[in-house]
Amino acid sequence: MLAYIIRRVVQSLLVLLVVGLVAFSMFSFVGDPVDNMLGQERTQADIERLRADLGLDKPFPVQYWRFLEQAVQGNFGLSYRQGRPVSEILMERLPATLELAFVSGVLALLGGIGLGIFTAIRKRGFSANTIMTVSLIGVSLPTFLIGVLLIYLFSVELGWLPSFGRGDVTRIGDWWTTGFLTESGLKALILPAITLGLYQMTLIMRLVRTEMLEVLRTDYIRFARARGLRDRSVHFKHALKNTLVPVITITGLQLGSIIAFAIITETVFQWPGVGLLFINAIQFVDIPVMAAYLMMISVMFVGINLIVDLLYFAIDPRLRVDRSAGKTT
Amino acid sequence: MKVVGALTALLLASTTLSASAETLRWARAGDSLTLDPHAQNEGPTHTLAHQMYEPLIIRDHTGAMQGALATDWGPKADDPNVWVFNLREGVKYHDGADFTAEDVVFSINRAKSEKSNMKELLSSIKEVRAVDDHTVEFVTNGPNPILPSNLTNLFMMDKGWAEDNGVVEVQDVEGGEKTFASTNTNGTGAYVLVSREPDVKTVLTANENYWGKDDFPLDISEIVYTPIQNAATRVAALLSGEVDFIQDVPVQDLGRVAETEGLVVKTAPQNRAIFFGLNMGADDLASDDVEGTNPLADVRVRKAMSMAINRDAIKQVVMRGQSQPAGMIAPPFVNGWTAEMDSASKTDVDAAKALMAEAGYEDGFSIQLDCPNDRYVNDEAICQAAVGMLAQIGVKVNLDAKPKAQHFPLITNDQTDFYMLGWGVPTYDSEYIFNFLVHTRGEERGSWNGTGFSNPEVDEMIVSLASETDLDKRNDTIQSIWNVVQDEQLYIPIHHQVLNWGMTNKVGTEVSPEDDPKMKFFTMN
Repeated sequence: MLAYIIRRVVQSLLVLLVVGLVAFSMFSFVGDPVDNMLGQERTQADIERLRADLGLDKPFPVQYWRFLEQAVQGNFGLSYRQGRPVSEILMERLPATLELAFVSGVLALLGGIGLGIFTAIRKRGFSANTIMTVSLIGVSLPTFLIGVLLIYLFSVELGWLPSFGRGDVTRIGDWWTTGFLTESGLKALILPAITLGLYQMTLIMRLVRTEMLEVLRTDYIRFARARGLRDRSVHFKHALKNTLVPVITITGLQLGSIIAFAIITETVFQWPGVGLLFINAIQFVDIPVMAAYLMMISVMFVGINLIVDLLYFAIDPRLRVDRSAGKTT
Repeated sequence: MKVVGALTALLLASTTLSASAETLRWARAGDSLTLDPHAQNEGPTHTLAHQMYEPLIIRDHTGAMQGALATDWGPKADDPNVWVFNLREGVKYHDGADFTAEDVVFSINRAKSEKSNMKELLSSIKEVRAVDDHTVEFVTNGPNPILPSNLTNLFMMDKGWAEDNGVVEVQDVEGGEKTFASTNTNGTGAYVLVSREPDVKTVLTANENYWGKDDFPLDISEIVYTPIQNAATRVAALLSGEVDFIQDVPVQDLGRVAETEGLVVKTAPQNRAIFFGLNMGADDLASDDVEGTNPLADVRVRKAMSMAINRDAIKQVVMRGQSQPAGMIAPPFVNGWTAEMDSASKTDVDAAKALMAEAGYEDGFSIQLDCPNDRYVNDEAICQAAVGMLAQIGVKVNLDAKPKAQHFPLITNDQTDFYMLGWGVPTYDSEYIFNFLVHTRGEERGSWNGTGFSNPEVDEMIVSLASETDLDKRNDTIQSIWNVVQDEQLYIPIHHQVLNWGMTNKVGTEVSPEDDPKMKFFTMN
């Protein structure tokens, strides 16, 4: 067991290193940050001085090594664009993204499961068919278009909800800010959360529907019905429980992508999270911010995968048997 | 629950406060990069700084200079190498300190220091000295007739405040920590910083002790500045009434905004010309299909390419009427601009074909055009239009459009044959254009001259502009240089960009050619 965990952790670290290496090798194609930093009146001497100061004149493996050295000590350097420590900027922006991801995730989960059950039970009904058709929009329309449509409808035409920003936020503790405690903060969450969660919601809904239809065909459900149990009890007590196992797995993995893919939603709604920060960093070629963001996202993905793997190991006895069997041969 | 109740009460209080008519909610695409007034020489950074800090001289919305912290200025009677500035009396910084000549000396030296991004504008200054508390002398290396126009974005800091807070040095992005001055301000301006979250929101409030209280409208008592990057969202925020004033209205949305009841679009020519540069200096081009020679080295080819561009079509189709076709690369308010030269570009495809044939390229040639796609208004679309127009005279253009961060290094590193560039002239004088775009590329000058053009006589004339005090003679030299630039067709001018500001009809302002609204001039009704 311990050997397995250690092996997995080492593998995860390797993945992180490779992600960082690939990211760094690509930074040279993003452009030259020096141009943005110095303005149009700079001389050639300024450019060379700055390039040398930033270490940009060095080959990328050297730059990468310097980054790793600093990163291990928790220092991600200063943002070229803002001139402030990257870790400070990331911490400042992270609550906005996490809150948005959390609300979208909850929305996707509740909406997806509810609608999935509904469309499975009433699989031939008119409303179920309508929902299934409309859900195609959720999977096929690009996020930015959904966002702009929502803004047009709810902000410009109806004037109900704000079109940008996070509203008023409340500070909790040293670095966490929340929009949950103010009316404008809650209002500002609605449109971005729908935009970000719509895809996951339709995904979960379709998954639940398929699983549910599958389960409803099994023998024990037929037995349950034969026993004269009420529909509600059959659907929610027996069928739903057995549907949820794959749904939970998928949801866990999707949480990572909600955070990572918040980039587009944040840009459309000017949501002050890490995604918007990343887009700005790319445009400015703010290498320290890009590097730190990519490392953060990969740590998150690798972390989630590691936990899922370990959970499987704990839950599924067959994995353990296979391992030990493999060792003896 | 109590906490929530208190918060709601606080929130209600703040909304009723801000509902009073004097709050200006302002949005534009980008945010200021730093609050340190000498660390970045960049539009949005200066614009925000202008609300809190002041230079000696500012430009109003017509581009005319007016005294801010200086009341009057002029060359010293007996020494052409010295400019004398008389400072405004009774001016106080936000923290209550007096503004004196000592602060000017300090600020200029700070802006001239190694880490400052403003130092190139001050390179002619040898020394700044305080004569008395309200008189300053600028000593230059040789006479500098246009020194005042280099000072309009040069903000004055308080020496004592800078020393107390350890910000005597300009913020240095590559070394050490963020500085106090990059997140705090202490200026003399009409607005005081209340709070700032970079890229999210900046709140300013009126300076009760502003020296110009009686001279300017100062109708706005609070400014809430929120960058909104996405153009559609920015326009939506104006349409839905969440902001009162936006910059950078996309041309395709102008009609929509103008038609909306209660909203106004105001338009004015911007201080920026858009043009193509041609690499005429190389022996052979990397991207063309002509072996051994450089077709662009022939002035007839350059003239033909310029004649093939239909600037009116670009204005109507690509820019939706929002541009001013150009014949020279200087914006109209710049010293040296003439109506005659600016209307010089004529579209004549037949004559262009004849010129191409004369130059020996009747079958044309192919070449790559490098174009930015996130810098100027509809930049990539302009390039696409040009591709079609140049095809008419046999020049087959392969378009390569990239983000600005990748595009501009091509020009400064001599890696492009044919490129788009836009140029604004903060000094309002042709010398600025010549220094960067016409002079032979070298250490001091010519850093943006990607054409390879090099003419020692022209270089000599350009250098002489810096110290020629006889303004008539200087203007003659400027005209001679322009004549060469025009005759050689160094650049293919396209148009002057037009600025669009969208606002509710209670906001009263004119559009400034620098795209830098100064809120003290705004009226609100």
